[in-house]
Amino acid sequence: MINNDNDTTDLHLGMAEEVSRFTEAWRIFNKNRLALWGLVIFTVFFLVAVSGLVLTVGDNPVLDPAKVRLSEKLLPPVSPVDTEMVKPEDRPFAGIYLLGTDDLGRDVLARMMQGAWVSLTVGFVAVGIAVLIGIIMGGLAGYYGNVRINFMQLLAMAAFFTSMVFLISGQKEMAINFMTASALFVSFSIVYYFVSVKGSGDPGAMRFFFFDTVSVDSLIMRFVDIMLCFPSFFLILTVVAILPASIYNIMIVIGLTGWMGTTRFVRAEFLSLREQDFVSAARAMGIRDMSIIFRHMIPNAIAPVLVSATIGIAGAILTEAGLSFLGFGVPPPHATWGNILSDGKRFLFDAPWLTYIPGLSILVVVLAFNLFGEGLRDALNPRLRKR
Amino acid sequence: MSNSEAILKIKDLKVYFDTDAGVVKSVDGVDLEIKKGTTLGLVGESGCGKSVTCLSIPRLIESPPGRIAGGEIIYKGKNLLELSEKDMQGIRGNDISMIFQEPMTSLNPVFTIGDQIQEVIMLHQHKTSAEARELTLRILKKVGIPSPEIRIDDYPHQMSGGMKQRVIIAMALSCSPDLLIADEPTTALDVTIQVQILDLMRSLQDELGMSILLVTHDLGVVASMASHVAIMYASKIVEYGPVEQIFSNPGHPYTLGLFTSIPVVGRGKRDLYVIPGNVPDPLAFPRGCKFWPRCVFAEDICRSQEPFLENIGEGHTAACHFRGKIDKHLWKEKTNTGSFLNISR
Amino acid sequence: MFSFTVRSFFQKLVTLFFISIISFLVVYLAPGEPSQIDPLNPKFTVEDLQRFRQEFNLDKPLHEQYYLYYKNLFTGQLKSWKDNQPVLGKIYERFKNSLWLFIVGTLITWCLSFPVGIHAAINRGSVFDRTSTFFAYVLISIPSFFFAYILIIFVVKTFNISVIGMQTFGMSGADSIYQIMDRVWHLVIPSILGALGGIALLSRYVRAQMLEVIHQDYIRTARAKGLSEDQVYYKHGFRNALLPFVTMFGLILPGLIGGSVIIESIFAWPGMGRMGYEAILARDYPIILTINFMAAVLVLIGTFISDLLYMVVDPRIRL
Repeated sequence: MINNDNDTTDLHLGMAEEVSRFTEAWRIFNKNRLALWGLVIFTVFFLVAVSGLVLTVGDNPVLDPAKVRLSEKLLPPVSPVDTEMVKPEDRPFAGIYLLGTDDLGRDVLARMMQGAWVSLTVGFVAVGIAVLIGIIMGGLAGYYGNVRINFMQLLAMAAFFTSMVFLISGQKEMAINFMTASALFVSFSIVYYFVSVKGSGDPGAMRFFFFDTVSVDSLIMRFVDIMLCFPSFFLILTVVAILPASIYNIMIVIGLTGWMGTTRFVRAEFLSLREQDFVSAARAMGIRDMSIIFRHMIPNAIAPVLVSATIGIAGAILTEAGLSFLGFGVPPPHATWGNILSDGKRFLFDAPWLTYIPGLSILVVVLAFNLFGEGLRDALNPRLRKR
Repeated sequence: MSNSEAILKIKDLKVYFDTDAGVVKSVDGVDLEIKKGTTLGLVGESGCGKSVTCLSIPRLIESPPGRIAGGEIIYKGKNLLELSEKDMQGIRGNDISMIFQEPMTSLNPVFTIGDQIQEVIMLHQHKTSAEARELTLRILKKVGIPSPEIRIDDYPHQMSGGMKQRVIIAMALSCSPDLLIADEPTTALDVTIQVQILDLMRSLQDELGMSILLVTHDLGVVASMASHVAIMYASKIVEYGPVEQIFSNPGHPYTLGLFTSIPVVGRGKRDLYVIPGNVPDPLAFPRGCKFWPRCVFAEDICRSQEPFLENIGEGHTAACHFRGKIDKHLWKEKTNTGSFLNISR
Repeated sequence: MFSFTVRSFFQKLVTLFFISIISFLVVYLAPGEPSQIDPLNPKFTVEDLQRFRQEFNLDKPLHEQYYLYYKNLFTGQLKSWKDNQPVLGKIYERFKNSLWLFIVGTLITWCLSFPVGIHAAINRGSVFDRTSTFFAYVLISIPSFFFAYILIIFVVKTFNISVIGMQTFGMSGADSIYQIMDRVWHLVIPSILGALGGIALLSRYVRAQMLEVIHQDYIRTARAKGLSEDQVYYKHGFRNALLPFVTMFGLILPGLIGGSVIIESIFAWPGMGRMGYEAILARDYPIILTINFMAAVLVLIGTFISDLLYMVVDPRIRL
């Protein structure tokens, strides 16, 4: 290499300034007007939801979503409260029904505020579950994909799951049988491990039971394929309808049926990251797998996950609304935008605001999430950036 | 050779790209001339604007973001920039053909190579498909594809990179163009295949008498192919001239740097010269001569005034304040290398 | 090619086995007795319950129930709990109705999405592109039943015709031409509604694919040949952009069931989606189970078909 005795600072005069990944992404995002609006509405919705939570809880909330005033039913928006019929403690905030009342005389504003928080929670928790499962499954498939599962491990797993199934269905005897079998297979594996790997002895005929079967990757991805075969909305509807009505069941079921996309993203991302030099370097230095995964790979794989999570929240809010419409949504006393909307359908002609207010709110918020998510995708995806 | 007429003249060509960060002047006032039946080598580092120059000749700059902001491209007396899109389509593939850098992706994967070559012939020569197939077979044979009768129905993915580049050459030559623009035709290929492709191009040029604009960053390729060389740096031509002159008497420190940075067997790794610094960001070119931050000879005048192309020999121009007066001993001293004349034809 | 087909077929069979298990477990593992069809019905005595359990094998262990269920399904002996009719026959009746909605909806979706998507991609950043993008997002984001109501009100108020059900009540005496027109009206509105979401998604996807393709090197090659813009886009671009949609063609089959629950409920359309919904309300497990299973099988068949189609369309996959 030649030593260059010129002033080295000169060399950088004409060079591009180093721009951080975040600044660059923000610059792209900032140019996308729709996405920017999405972010604004997203923020407003978040604030509304939080203030909805604050204002509607407690014994004597500022906005009482549950207060029934039968004399004041189906009032259009911006109606003043009838001070003669309604006791002072039952009156809405500021004495006015800003968004009207429903068929039981409940304040729609208060219900919308409460519903914002509940809808947001349903979306976040459901997607949180989906993303968590997705990252774990995708990470396993992407990082340990080449590991092959031997026959005995496969048997042990199958026995374990069968046992679980019998346990849930209430057939204890069968459950115990299969659990014993599973335990046997596991202990057999442990013995084999000590004989052949640690003890370097000859496993002999035992080897027959430990031939390699499928890889971790194909096991997980085939499971993803199977799950993708089911029509998601009908499956969710089936399970939610069979289970006792509860907001938690809805979150869990939506989450459990929505993890496949994230799994695919994370797997693909991990597969390409694994081949990159900084990961190889980390591995060559003897850094433990777990710390490679958490320090190096997950932070790099998180961008597509964030995007799909944002869009997933929008989907979950819509799914909840659909379930509400069919009568299997979040049960009372929780108000959600979905059940306000589906309750309103009976008064479509008498009280159209009961349909339009929640309907348009859902539209705007879901739209905001979708636009924000797509904007995020464009900003974070360097491949599209060049265009 | 010098008195034969020019088939292509580029005058003061400017190609700008409108990006988020500002206007990128990829080509900023380029003049070039290609004489009939000769080869012009266009040399420069990646990102200097040589590919953009090529693409702008048949007007293939994607717009937006790119646009041709000024200048003239005169082909056989006609300014291509003033032609209608329809007339231009009649010239592309017929009079002016292109060979691209990436043979792997430049062929459409869903059509057979035969279909893709016949398409050009049928388009420009108004032949029936049977006649076009006949011509296609002939041209495939000419570019050295073994058993063309079988290969003609192959899809691109069934061929190797070298074979694909031959197909692309066949496609480019199928209408006997007068000008062939070859944008780094061998960069993506193995060294042995590179030689074959270059030999092929040379023999086809002798046979068909076409002119070639050969873009490359490989000076060896230029030495073996070109009669004239243009050196491009930071959107401009910094040196232009007959290949012998440029190789024997480089007039721009950048050209010198390019020659010196070629490794020579037996000279040892210690001496390998690297031009210091990087290609400047086209959004923030330095004032004055664009090369001064990397130039060992830079003086005050270089930092304030931009040099223009001026004659330093017969048909040999360079854009440097010290054109033609570069002290070779000083160069050796400053760069700690042996002779810079390590390339001979 | 033959070995690929056989291998793919056996893979699908294995998948089918797991699907059968999962769809069985999803329904049967739920807490609560499936036999509590109508616990409020006073005529439903303990003896009835016992007889019911026996008749539908609910007293047997789970794996035997699984075996009996699929045996009955494949031999056509599976009966609905609600009215004791064979499940397959009931589903076939409803399937015929759903098929109409499905065909019209799919035609609308595919005929609209491609022109819109391609046009938007070619004129990227134009007013058309931006408007269609925005409307696509609106369509994806709107709750389908909310939109359905708006549309119904609009149609009923503007054209003064009814759109609920498969035909207007009391039309049987009218001229056959009126009857046919009436049927068409009743078919088109729910089809459009069912198709809107698909149009939005598909046109976005077409646009993305087309954008991807028109930045490829071979498009530049096609231009350098001197082809006109139309030839470049529609001959060289479109063929390549089309490839991924062969896969989607296989994936639209399951839309027959999954996508139609809400639309069929709103329009009182006696199709499979509505049937599934009614079965869920009545806890009619054999029907729920069969519909879930059939939907999954349709996906499998669809992916199998698209695997085969892909081999035909994409020369690179010919094995």
